[in-house]
Order: sequence, then C-alpha cells, then structure tokens
Amino acid sequence: MTAPMERLKIDKVSLTYPGLHSSEAVIALKGVDLTIESGEFVVALGASGCGKTTLLNLLAGFMSPTEGEITLGGKRIRGPGADRGVVFQKHALLPWLNVIDNTEFGLRLQHVPKAERHERAARNLALVGLQDFHRHMIYHLSGGMQQRVGVARALTCDPAMLLMDEPMAALDALTRESIQELLLKVWEHTHKMFFFITHSVEEALFLGSRLIVMSPRPGRITHMYDLDFNRRFLKEGNARAIKSSPDFIQMRETVLGIIYGDELAAAGTQEVVHA
Amino acid sequence: MLSFMPQAKATRAGKVYGAPGDGYSGHISIITALVLIGLWFLVTESGWVKPLFLPSPVAVYHKFMVALTDGVANSTLWEHTRASLTRVFGAFFLACLTAIPIGIWMGVSRVARGLFDPIIEFYRPLPPLAYLPLVIIWLGIGEFPKIFLIYLAIFAPMAIAARAGVKSVSIEQIHAAYAMGGTQGQIIRHVILKAALPEIFTGMRIGIGVGWTTLVAAEMIAADRGLGFMVLNSAQFLDSAAVIMGIIVIGVFAFAFDLLVRYLERLLIPWKGKI
Ligand SMILES: Nc1ncnc2c1ncn2[C@@H]1O[C@H](COP(=O)(O)OP(=O)(O)OP(=O)(O)O)[C@@H](O)[C@H]1O
Ligand SMILES: [Mg+2]
Repeated sequence: MTAPMERLKIDKVSLTYPGLHSSEAVIALKGVDLTIESGEFVVALGASGCGKTTLLNLLAGFMSPTEGEITLGGKRIRGPGADRGVVFQKHALLPWLNVIDNTEFGLRLQHVPKAERHERAARNLALVGLQDFHRHMIYHLSGGMQQRVGVARALTCDPAMLLMDEPMAALDALTRESIQELLLKVWEHTHKMFFFITHSVEEALFLGSRLIVMSPRPGRITHMYDLDFNRRFLKEGNARAIKSSPDFIQMRETVLGIIYGDELAAAGTQEVVHA
Repeated sequence: MLSFMPQAKATRAGKVYGAPGDGYSGHISIITALVLIGLWFLVTESGWVKPLFLPSPVAVYHKFMVALTDGVANSTLWEHTRASLTRVFGAFFLACLTAIPIGIWMGVSRVARGLFDPIIEFYRPLPPLAYLPLVIIWLGIGEFPKIFLIYLAIFAPMAIAARAGVKSVSIEQIHAAYAMGGTQGQIIRHVILKAALPEIFTGMRIGIGVGWTTLVAAEMIAADRGLGFMVLNSAQFLDSAAVIMGIIVIGVFAFAFDLLVRYLERLLIPWKGKI
C-alpha cells in the first residue's frame, strides 16, 4: 500500500521542445512549482497548448525536464515506472487480450504469480463495475467501458499516483458524468494521488480537491484553487445538485473568465526562443 | 438532389453500415469464373480462335490427364508439382525465418535499419531475371540457386512488412506498458510483436505470391523438373495446351495457399482492423 509520506514535488521545472531549427524551439513549460500530497486529486485546466500534456509526460517519466526536477517520495523521477499509472485519452489497451488479461497485463510484466494477479485484476474490475465482462474482447466494449478497463488496468499495478490525460474527452456527456462519479469513488476507496487533465471546467471543479489553471506561452501555473465539491459529492451523493449550486456556478464563471482571457490573448503566434 | 448518388444499403442486424466493400463476395467470384470458362468454351468450340493460340478446355483437360499418367516434359505432373512446391515453400520458409526477424529488428533498432535499409531498397525493385545470371555464376545450377532466387524475391516484401508492422504500434500502448513496469525486452515481446502480427501476415501473403511469380524465372536455371520448367519446355514445342494447364495448376496452388493464410489470419488475429 501507498506510504503516507509519498509526496510529489515539482521543483522549478522547465521544458523546451528543441524544434527543427533553434529558432523554432517552443518553451512548453517554464518554472513550474507544484507539490502534490498523498491522497490529493489535482486537476489541471488551461487553454490548448499551455503544456498540460507536457507536464503529465514529465510526471510519467516519458520525458525529462530541461531544468528543475521532479521527485516522488523523495526519489527523482528518471523514467516511467509502475509507481505512476497512466490512463490515456484513447484507451491504449491491447486488442489481442480480453478484459481481464488486459487488466492483469502490468502484473504479468512484473512476474506476479497467476493467482494473485487474477485476484487483484478482478478486484479492480469490480471497482469500476466491470465484474461481468472478464472474457469480453476490448473491441466489443463501448468507449466508456474501454476507459474503465484503462483505469482498472492502471490501478491493478497499485501505483502511488494515477495520471490521466483527458480520459473522458471522447465520451458522451452521460457516460462522462457516470465515470466522473465512479472516479471519485475509486479515489475515495484507494486514496491515491490523482493528476487529471481536462478541458471541461465543470469536470475539473467537480473532480478536483485542487485545481491548477495553466497559461500558455510560456506554459506555467497561474492560478490555484482548493476545492471541496468532490468531498461534498462523496458525502451527499447528488452530483447534479452540487453542479447547479450557486458557489459551483460562481467558481465556474471565475475559471472560465481566466481561460477565455488566455484564449483571446493566444490569438497571436507561439512564443519562440531566439537563439 | 443527390438521390442519384449511390447510397450505402442498410445492412443486416449487427453489421456495420457504410463500411466500404463490406459483405460476402465469394458467390460473385464463382460467377466470374464460370463466365470466363463459358467464354473460353464459346470462342474455342466455335472455331473463332485457332487451337495454337488458345486450345479448348477439353484439350487442356486431356493434357492434364496425360500429364498425370504419362507425364509431360519428361516427368509426371505430380513430380513437377512436388519439385516446384519444394522450391517455393523452401524459399518461403527460409524467408519467414530470416525476413521477419530482420524486419522486426529494423523496426526497433536504428542500427539494423541503417544496415539493411540500403540493401533491401536497392535490390527490391530489380526484376529477378536481372540478377538471375549472377545467381548462376555465384551459386551454380543446382537446387540451391533456384530456391535462393525465390528467397531473394520474397525476402524484401516480408522484411518491409514486418518493419511497417513494428511502426504501426501506437506510442500510447508502449507508454502504457512502460508505466506498468515493463522492460524494453518485454515490451518488444508482449506489445510490439503482437501489434505487428497483422502486417506480418500481410507480408507473408504478399511474399508467397511473389514466390509463385518468381518460380518460372527460377526454373530457367537448368531445371529438369518443375511446373515453371514444364511451361517453358512446352512453350518451346508450341504445346499451348500444356502451357495453359501448367498456368492453371500454378494458379490453383497459389490461390489455395492464399486462402489458407487468410483463414489462419482470421483465426490468429481476430482483432485485425477492429482497433
Ligand atoms: N513533440 C513536440 N515538439 C515540439 N513542440 C511540442 C511538442 N509537443 C508539444 N509541443 C508544443 O508545446 C506546447 C504545449 O503542448 P502540450 O501538448 O503540452 O499542450 P496541452 O496543454 O496538452 O494542449 P491540449 O489541451 O491541446 O492537449 C504547445 O505549444 C505545443 O505546440
Ligand atoms: Mg494535451
């Protein structure tokens, strides 16, 4: 189980994409500082191109920062690892495996004995409501079910942290809402760190215990809010009532204002480094 | 306005609407074959075409029976067939053992790609007849140069297909596997190889087809047996019935093997085209 002292620390992180010529280099992130405590649900919002995916790729270890460092539980992140699970926008499941084999896949890579990995995979599939679909093939599932398998698969490796890059962008509004609620229940149940990227302000406010708003050119964190709509949902259980409450709506308008401001300012060209 | 445009027909329950060229086409193919054979009967029996140019189906059938019992070009049809099958499948087997691993290696390794790419891309467009003399000078006129010539022709498309298969794996699938603690070796074995299978199968189909087309060239190397040899030899004696009979036998074997590979493909790669 996750140690309570697991803490993710992003320390003055910058990332510059080199581009083909030095004049085309893009500063995707500049001086990003963020600490995520164990059990936090952090949601990142921001105009397109502000570096959200870049930040998530750094956390996952798919890239290394140009400057600064990222540590998890005091250990520097040097590459991808089983302590950080990733759920992608498009599911990235393996079509030659059925649902339970996909869910077990990570444990198979880690040479966990068959009985144990089956038991853990089944437990996580039940957590996302797919206990009756073990033998189904991935391509016979709906998009929402595929994403739930993706979540179960990431959870089965028991990571300290779950990274999600717009996992619901391709889903319809109803499926989205039901998976939002499901994610909150999974979060409450597992008490892992969640880092979640979305374009929907409503989704961000509803899910996050902390919201970071990012701005482009260069990508950085401009606003940070502590939220408790998710805890209210977990206590009261009425998502619609929370999403239509006055403080939720007011918060939504505030955040929308910030993001629209960025989108308008972004009408120009990209920030480039002239070397 | 657009009512004259062809419309996709509503399909049966559970089928995909509008998928291009969907549905069973076997019966149409059988009709095509029957019509062609009918035309053949018509033009030969009516005497429109001289038997030297196009012998009648009956004459070809007779030649077939003669070839089965007494033999044409010094051997029975069975001996010719066995010699050719050994060459084509010998070459195909060797190509499977070498071209597929090398293609995969080219996909995953910069060094291997740099090593093999110029060789394959240089000789691939050359017609086998162009390098046939060299093969004879280097390897003589035994059984091996025949197999080697076919092998060379099969090798390039199979290696290229395997390499393309490796490239077709989605980066998310690879990232997901790394984020579940997979090592590079595991990811090549459990993700990349599996994802490349559909293209590898396509490469095998193309490869065996190329093998059959190279057969006649290969049997120009001082052969005394083989379907290609039989056709060449009969042509010298203007025995067009034997030529057509040989062509049909080659075609039937090539087609039957292609059907077998397609069947295996459906059996082994049910996810092909689904994701
Ligand atoms: N591989 C790359 N090479 C060069 N520039 C890149 C690369 N990936 C992203 N960028 C640039 O870096 C900036 C941040 O990109 P990123 O994908 O992180 O944005 P994002 O916030 O995830 O956007 P979106 O909301 O549209 O997904 C963008 O300006 C983008 O053009
Ligand atoms: Mg993104």
